[in-house]
Amino acid sequence: MKKYIWPSVKLTIFMILVLAVLYPALIAAVSKAAPGQGKGKTISVNGKVVGYENVGQKFTDDKYFNGRPSAVDYNAASSAGSNKAASNPDYQKLVQERIDTFLIHNPGINREDIPAELVTASGSGLDPDISPAAAMIQIKRVAAARHLSENKVMALVSDHIRGPWLGMAGPAKVNVLKLNIALDTLK
Amino acid sequence: MNSEIIGVILTFILTLVIAFPLGKYIAKVFQGERTITDFLTPVERFIYRICGIDPHKEMNWKQHMAALLSINLVWLIYAFFILLFQSHLPLNPDGNPDMTPDLAFNTAISFLVNCNLQHYSGETGVTYLSQLIVITFLQFVSAATGVAAVAVLFRAFAEKTTEKLGNFFVFFTKTITRILLPLSIIMAVILAFNGTPASFDGKDSIVTLQGDSVQVSRGPAAGMIAIKHLGTNGGGWFGTNSAHPLENPNYFTNVVEIVAQVILPMALIFAFGFFIRRKKLGYVIFGVMTAGMLTLMIPNMISEISGNPLLHHLGLKDITAMEGKEVRIGVPASAYWQVMTTIISTGSVNSMHDSSMPLSGAMQMLGMMTNCFYGGKGVGLLNYFIFLIIAVFISGLMVGRTPEFMGRKVEAREMKIAAIIALFHPFLILVGTALSAYFAAHHPQMAWSVQPANWFNNPSNHGFSEMLYEYTSSSANNGSGFEGLADNNIFWNISTGIVMILGRFIPIIGPVAIAGILAKKKYIPESAGTLQTDTTTFGIMTYAVIMIVAALAFFPALTLGPIAEYFQSY
Repeated sequence: MKKYIWPSVKLTIFMILVLAVLYPALIAAVSKAAPGQGKGKTISVNGKVVGYENVGQKFTDDKYFNGRPSAVDYNAASSAGSNKAASNPDYQKLVQERIDTFLIHNPGINREDIPAELVTASGSGLDPDISPAAAMIQIKRVAAARHLSENKVMALVSDHIRGPWLGMAGPAKVNVLKLNIALDTLK
Repeated sequence: MNSEIIGVILTFILTLVIAFPLGKYIAKVFQGERTITDFLTPVERFIYRICGIDPHKEMNWKQHMAALLSINLVWLIYAFFILLFQSHLPLNPDGNPDMTPDLAFNTAISFLVNCNLQHYSGETGVTYLSQLIVITFLQFVSAATGVAAVAVLFRAFAEKTTEKLGNFFVFFTKTITRILLPLSIIMAVILAFNGTPASFDGKDSIVTLQGDSVQVSRGPAAGMIAIKHLGTNGGGWFGTNSAHPLENPNYFTNVVEIVAQVILPMALIFAFGFFIRRKKLGYVIFGVMTAGMLTLMIPNMISEISGNPLLHHLGLKDITAMEGKEVRIGVPASAYWQVMTTIISTGSVNSMHDSSMPLSGAMQMLGMMTNCFYGGKGVGLLNYFIFLIIAVFISGLMVGRTPEFMGRKVEAREMKIAAIIALFHPFLILVGTALSAYFAAHHPQMAWSVQPANWFNNPSNHGFSEMLYEYTSSSANNGSGFEGLADNNIFWNISTGIVMILGRFIPIIGPVAIAGILAKKKYIPESAGTLQTDTTTFGIMTYAVIMIVAALAFFPALTLGPIAEYFQSY
């Protein structure tokens, strides 16, 4: 083995330079031309950054559309899922509590109509989206909290639904942050 | 049919459409024929010259393995010490600490062996420098190591009787310059333009719309995420891997990432057929592997799409299994990824496997237990080769002939190696699980930093599954996990570290040794009595061998874990 060690060391040094220095530097340079300059796409309101388009944030206020439960309370510096198994009795209690809380905040909604994603934690704890159904079911509450007509809020939600990729593959979704920003401008 | 199912089918078709020509290209690269990347020849010559490598010096299988182990040893020592002292080195904008020795041991091995089990979380456990010069670097070179090893197999069966099987350093270098690096650059740019961070800026502080102060982790992630998939490595930049919305920003990037991890394992199968001029053998192997994939994919998909029975008990009509999954990806694309990432040893995740349904968990574990349907970079085909040799032997016995493969007699020595390799993987998994289960059951209050009683995030059978999954993933060099397990402590860091390193090098050395020994033997021309290995019948035989070995070895353990959980939940 001895005779292979020295070429191995030299090859290693060369490859570190190419793969761990030049390659990331190249990608960083190219990404300057990308939206967000490779730092992540941010969204500003009145010139102030209020969030990242792709990173979900916490909305608990009744006058905002709420996102999904998060195992890390939307801490974007420490992503994690709950890793709870469906068979776990503690987990069953937790979901039950989420359902009860949702019903308190959304009077007039039937338990059986609650979309599953609103009572289950996302994989990353930072899911920026909800499904169209999960947005629709919150319209009543949001409209009441803001003294707006439900039709107006409904129209806004419809505008913010992004259909499947290429119009045919994958789920439809609504970006919660973008929807809420638009909601704040609604009179 | 709904758009999410269409998405999955499109993804698979896209994978095939790319993998087939890529296989042709890879065969040409290793044959030294003309390809579009020939402009890199001077670069490679330059590398050989400054590193003191004679590219024309051919090696036998032992020299190949000596070279492979030498360079891996260099990487292991290098990676261990960088991780141990990372906080004292530059490029640490988030101020992350050094790794403890046991975590550095685990992490260095994990990335060296293409496993990418992560007992740390990317945002807090490593510095940007470590992410690049240890993690990203090892992701490239460990993948290239696997391909260089399987290239020996290619050479062994391409010629009649030979000891000369090419040069390890040449196979290795060409894999990087002509396959991994060009593809990674393309993919990293795609990711960067879809919102994955690529700049060196540290954490950002923002005030959210609702008025909370939040820090957002970032970093030069796009390049690493590209090679993590192309190299079937799987270790994520962020803690939640490709479930993280910066690591996998939308449905399109999800398609790109899942296609990227499957194309090279598939392409290598086609490349094998082209290289040894037996295309049909390549197609039969591909057929068997696809059948194996579907055997796991269909139950997993059904069990995920059927939803979570718990939600039904709680009175909901919508029981979509969204715990641990992301809205932009959805259930079918998550289920597709769960199976692909476990059969091909990537181990990146776009949903939390710990929260998937019991039967899906069983399928994911079976994917790693068989570990040869498409399989990891290079090593998938090597594992398959072991089962193929066993199938040749059994078929030979059944028809009363001396077993032969590709014109060489398969004799006692090769069979011993094949049997040992086939049993070694279950041995590592079951011994590891038994050991940890012993501590959990009999010494739950052991005075360790994390007491065995506190290892689990879920009780009962699912807790057992968390241990079984961890060792299966380690031995298969997969790297995904039932992440509820409290695994960053000495017991898990050391034990899985040992399992990972044995689970890597023994299953590389074994098949390469068999190939080397067979290649040296006298070539017997085919006759009417030769066992045809490129027929459907033989394909079914191989499939049966793989499934019977897996069932015999793992069924009892799976019964204690996911199967028992299934019957309790439904």
